[in-house]
Amino acid sequence: MLTKRIIPCLDIKNGRTVKGVNFVDLRDAGDPVELAAAYAEKGADELVFLDISATEEKRRTLAKLVLDVAEQLNIPFTVGGGISSVEDVDILLKNGADKVSINSSAVKNPDLINQLSEKFGSQCVVVAIDAKNIDGKWSVHLVGGKVPTELDLFEWAKEVENRGAGEILFTSMDHDGTKNGFANEALARLSEELNIPIIASGGAGNIQHFEDTFKKGKADAALAASVFHFKEIKISDLKNSLKNSGIPVRI
Amino acid sequence: MKIAIIDYGAGNIQSIKFAVQRLGFEAILSSNVEEIQNADKVIFPGVGEAGSAMRMLRSTGLDKIIPDLKQPVLGICLGMQLMCTSSEEGNTRGLGIFDAEVKKFFGNLKVPQIGWNTITELQGKLFKNVSAEEYVYLVHSFYVPECSDEIARTNYGVDYSTALNRDNFYGVQFHPEKSSKTGEQILKNFLNL
Repeated sequence: MLTKRIIPCLDIKNGRTVKGVNFVDLRDAGDPVELAAAYAEKGADELVFLDISATEEKRRTLAKLVLDVAEQLNIPFTVGGGISSVEDVDILLKNGADKVSINSSAVKNPDLINQLSEKFGSQCVVVAIDAKNIDGKWSVHLVGGKVPTELDLFEWAKEVENRGAGEILFTSMDHDGTKNGFANEALARLSEELNIPIIASGGAGNIQHFEDTFKKGKADAALAASVFHFKEIKISDLKNSLKNSGIPVRI
Repeated sequence: MKIAIIDYGAGNIQSIKFAVQRLGFEAILSSNVEEIQNADKVIFPGVGEAGSAMRMLRSTGLDKIIPDLKQPVLGICLGMQLMCTSSEEGNTRGLGIFDAEVKKFFGNLKVPQIGWNTITELQGKLFKNVSAEEYVYLVHSFYVPECSDEIARTNYGVDYSTALNRDNFYGVQFHPEKSSKTGEQILKNFLNL
């Protein structure tokens, strides 16, 4: 049976992981390669690297990082952050990334989704969507939720699927950072209206939240950062608990 | 041991090279006919669309070479599908090594299937030291219906052949290079054939 996926997300700046990573058993908690290998060992199903650096060096540092990670990691990984062209994606895939995630560039140039899925296949195109619930309407936002757009979450998600995206990574800006659980109503609607896998993101605080997002939110995968980095939730505990609740997971 | 990974412009072959490296071997990426023919083991990868992948194989003449190889050959993902008779994807005629017609997933399923699923009904040396119900990583929209060349099975809406073997030819629908320790064992078994 196909299992539900647990995906730790690492923020990368200038080739190093940032934003408080607390893995005491590591020699260097800032080294993404070491951290990635530790997560793979602990039972993560996939990893996401989100590059938040904004230097001119970015493209070269990221390509090098991807190559180093691919050399060590025996599970799949996705790279996102500032990817805006076919050429960007070509470099990352050639260096060993399994998938790329695009967000703002897809909104600014939706045709990029078509180009990427035609050239590299849908399976490696993840479209990330950040949205906020404003007066009952889920409105798509850019730049980490700072810039609102005219787009409606569900209409945009459908368009993204039709243009060839292989997966959708949906982050609720209302839930992100709250540790109060995922946006399960919106997630369930996405899952029902679309035929591609949906990754839930934003709001993970405890094990129950993961169970809820798989059961009530009908998510195919759940992504989280701080609860894993700060060891608030151990992946092995999480998966055992999910299994006991009847959710298929890889142990 | 000389290991050649066929490089015909399809997909992420760097990962396979690294996976082989982690097992202590070196692999070369090659589109050179002689190099491929002289290798001890050949890996035939593939990610992308069947029709365009077959066109790339034909344009390099590799479509004629692969079915005549005598050493162990491992097709991975689209590589395995291209070794079948045909694929519904772009109505593509394949290399005809395995007697199977590749179909698209149907019914109330999310497509592509992305993630970790189990392998069962394991047969032969490729699965030495691997137990039924172990997990492998899969990403695909098309599948090989159960057939006589099957050596492993997976279920996604339907039971299908997730690994195939005929003579010196092997194929796996999953990605051993991304399937953690189970994948490493399977890749190691192939290199030990």
